[in-house]
Amino acid sequence: MAQNLTNPPAVPKRGAPLWVQILVWIGLLALLILLGLGLFRAQHPIMSIGSKVPDFTLTLFDGYPYQGANQVNLVDLRGKVVVVNFWASWCVTCADESPVMQGAWSYYQPSGKVIFLGVDYTDVDAKALQFLTRFNITYPNGPDLGTRITPIFNRNIAMPETYIVDQQGILRAEQIGPFQSLADIRSAIDPLLIGR
Amino acid sequence: MKTKSFILLAFCFLPVALFILPSAMVSAQQPTPSDDEVNAIARQLFCPICQNIPLDVCPTQACHDWRELIRQMLANGKTPDEIKQYFVDHYGARVLAEPPQTGLNWLVYVVPPVAFLIGVFLLFQAYRAWKRMPKGPDSKGAGEPAPDQSDEYVSRFEEELRKRN
Amino acid sequence: MLAQFGFGVLVLTFLLALFSTGAAISGYFFKSDRWVESSRRALQLTFLLISLSALTLIYMLATGHYEVEYVYSVSSLNMPLYLKITALWGGQAGSLILWSWLMSAFATAVTMRKWERDREFLPWVVAVTAITLAFFLSLSIFFDNPFTRLWQTISGQVSPSMFAPAGSTLYVPSDGQGLNEFLRHPGMIFHPPMLYLGFVGFVIPYAFGIAALVTGRTDDRWIRITRRWTLVAWLFLSIGLVLGMRWAYDVLGWGGYWSWDPVEIAALMPWLAGTPFLHSVIIQEKRGMLKQWNMLLIILTYSLVIFGTFLTRSGVLSSVHAFSESAFSPIFFIFIGLTFAISIGLLIYRWGDLRAEGEMKSLLSREALFLLNNLLFFGILIVCFWGVVFPLISEVVTGQQLTVGPPFYLRATGPLWAALLALMGIAPLSAWGYSTLKTIGRAAWKPSIPTLLVTVVLYVSNVRNWIALLGFTLVSWVIFITLYEFWRGARSRQKVQGENFFTAISKLTVRNRRRYGGYIIHLAMVSMALGILGINLYQTQTQQTLAVGQEIQISGYTLRYDSLAQFPYVDGRQVTRAVLSVFKGGELLGELHPRYDVYPDGVSMTIPGIRSTMADDLYVVLVNWENVSVEQTPFKVYHNPLVNWLWIGSAIFVLGYLVAAWPEKEEILSEK
Repeated sequence: MAQNLTNPPAVPKRGAPLWVQILVWIGLLALLILLGLGLFRAQHPIMSIGSKVPDFTLTLFDGYPYQGANQVNLVDLRGKVVVVNFWASWCVTCADESPVMQGAWSYYQPSGKVIFLGVDYTDVDAKALQFLTRFNITYPNGPDLGTRITPIFNRNIAMPETYIVDQQGILRAEQIGPFQSLADIRSAIDPLLIGR
Repeated sequence: MKTKSFILLAFCFLPVALFILPSAMVSAQQPTPSDDEVNAIARQLFCPICQNIPLDVCPTQACHDWRELIRQMLANGKTPDEIKQYFVDHYGARVLAEPPQTGLNWLVYVVPPVAFLIGVFLLFQAYRAWKRMPKGPDSKGAGEPAPDQSDEYVSRFEEELRKRN
Repeated sequence: MLAQFGFGVLVLTFLLALFSTGAAISGYFFKSDRWVESSRRALQLTFLLISLSALTLIYMLATGHYEVEYVYSVSSLNMPLYLKITALWGGQAGSLILWSWLMSAFATAVTMRKWERDREFLPWVVAVTAITLAFFLSLSIFFDNPFTRLWQTISGQVSPSMFAPAGSTLYVPSDGQGLNEFLRHPGMIFHPPMLYLGFVGFVIPYAFGIAALVTGRTDDRWIRITRRWTLVAWLFLSIGLVLGMRWAYDVLGWGGYWSWDPVEIAALMPWLAGTPFLHSVIIQEKRGMLKQWNMLLIILTYSLVIFGTFLTRSGVLSSVHAFSESAFSPIFFIFIGLTFAISIGLLIYRWGDLRAEGEMKSLLSREALFLLNNLLFFGILIVCFWGVVFPLISEVVTGQQLTVGPPFYLRATGPLWAALLALMGIAPLSAWGYSTLKTIGRAAWKPSIPTLLVTVVLYVSNVRNWIALLGFTLVSWVIFITLYEFWRGARSRQKVQGENFFTAISKLTVRNRRRYGGYIIHLAMVSMALGILGINLYQTQTQQTLAVGQEIQISGYTLRYDSLAQFPYVDGRQVTRAVLSVFKGGELLGELHPRYDVYPDGVSMTIPGIRSTMADDLYVVLVNWENVSVEQTPFKVYHNPLVNWLWIGSAIFVLGYLVAAWPEKEEILSEK
């Protein structure tokens, strides 16, 4: 198709306006940064062994208090080994793990150096309490309200998972899937208690 | 002796009492909400653990528990908004079908209309720029008349000429 | 042996594609025809090679080579042969091979056209298609290899690998896991290939667009050449989307066809860019305008294809549909970044050359309305893109996970779709170059009368939902205007040629294929709109637990629960099947047989019983996620008014497409 040659162009040939160019490149950069970050998060675990665990507040079920209070903050537990166990009443393997957990708690509770926290992930309170009663759980337990605590540890959690935090708030061990025996739990916790 | 038989009697009556008491309590509540009433609310929520599956059709045990929870809350006289708020408080904002209008989330509602308005603005700019342009040899002056049979052939003929130009 | 052969040939194909890219680019810069010709031949050879590789994989699927991990994961002994073959796209690794295979086929087809008039485009068309091919092949070779085999160490651990790890022997399972049951539906058999054909097809116009930008030949030559390719790609993409909808309706058991899931949207977005592209290239051909916009649209379409593929496979988004995460996301990310940046850079570089040649005098002229069409589609695209990306932004910035679901999309895009409907009515009445409300009004007033009648009738029949009223009014308006256009054109022919009415219509259509074929396609679209309005606005549902003999009443229908049977089927699944009788006004209309199947691997699929008429669908599922027994059988019933117009519309669409796109002698000549 012939170009417009006969008339002198009243509007000179110019490139795209500068503000549009800048906007487009910034937009592209923003998109790429976003995708990159998203990718990074999808591919790398959010918490790895050795990293500091951010503080969180666990609201506890009635009947499962910590030192008489119905709330516990992670930072308040400094100086103790904290075993954070994620579970749900609809999770079949959690039922298998519960007696092991309770057994471990009975073992460590007298020393006062280890604290077990049960975090109930997206569950119905009535069913959760039934579950706890059924397995005679006595350690502090509470629902993950608003699902705020679980994403701190794992974005794609698969129940049950247990995270062991040392006395300075550093993550030292993680167990994806159920603990099979007290010996397994002990092998994760005891090294942290040496020399204390 | 008397105490023993009294205790035995009490034990026998206890299960009976346990049967009677809950039924008495139930009759004080409203009738059990139907599946449709539960689903009317469940449909507005998404399964907290699956991805992008509405709560009324989610097949997992957990979702079954949540629907029963809704049924229970309805029976206790909770309104749909209260139930939805409960779910948000307990499971996070992702159970809602759209982001709650708080904090940064207003962006999700504002950006599309703004982008559209920018598009309209650009369209008018382009239209004005075109209007300002001088008439070239290629541009058509009068438009084609309505598709009349004879004109159609003529205009098609002109078109073919243009194309082969 | 076969697996190594297949992999080896795949690697060769990859190297050849890389060579083709390099040779094409070198040929351009060193002005060497020999190099360019060499690159062309290399690209043609890739098709031969990848066909060998793909056929090897298909052969292994068909004959049950379960030591190959992919074959093990998607095939099994008890599958019929046709399913074993379609299992090629049953998993990610195989579907990537299909993608590359189709890409190579299209690239080869394009190299075989006559290039004499467009020699300067050739190197860049080859380079762009070859590098896209090379990219997808690299994903298969380095990250998700379908030819890896299973090896077992002495301790008994089995792991997949391409080459034998030290101290392992080949592990040959006796049977495979079989294709995911949800994928065994005819819709699923055709939906991925159709979608891929659409995606891959749009690479060709994009390649020509890039070639035009690089070489500076920014007139409408590249559009003329690619018009056919665009049409074909658009056809397959549209069909692929509809098939996906039908599959979801039939197999997923929730009475709907589209859930605004991110993966669905990722496939819709290229269509949202490709459809306006299809329209506005007509303006460029006729009036020399919108060059910048067309270039932007095709770049956007291609980018959305790659971006959509990335989104659904990278694990960045979670979705029911998504493939599981893969390690290839970083390279995908780099490819996206590079292609976006290069395309935009080229577009900005040539922006001045893409100035319009015509002028737009009137806001209601056809070109102005096409522009409005583009704006509306672009608006819908922005909404979809933003809705998909926002949860990601929220999670990255605030850590909070969010859902952007159907209410958002429906509310934001509803008015835009309605405006597009209205546009389908106005645009045929508007003339190129000049139109006013008066000229359009003159053409529109006759069909508007029956339309108004429809509105009144609806209102009087108690349709009070204003969205429904508006929607049905627009649908009837477009139908009446379009039919009026046919009638008017035929009458004119009759007056002059003296033909009978039907000859007049057929001759009219044949001599103006694009216009009248386009009208038929618009009729198809409003038919689909009718179906969508019916089901979205008027769907009713109920869930009830019945004992045998009890009934459900819904929307004038009565369903009586007759019986429940449980029995095993030949392929090992346990079938639970209910029989319900459907009555309306006391009259027996038929039986429905909803069932659910539990497969040996534990997967259960619920198959609805559907009774379809032009007016509505009665759709029943056995609620197998609650307890099912003969005494207490939970059913969920949906009443979907008008939904079959959605599927009827898609059939009309194909018809209209054939009319519009059938090659005419003059077109073939002008294309060459």
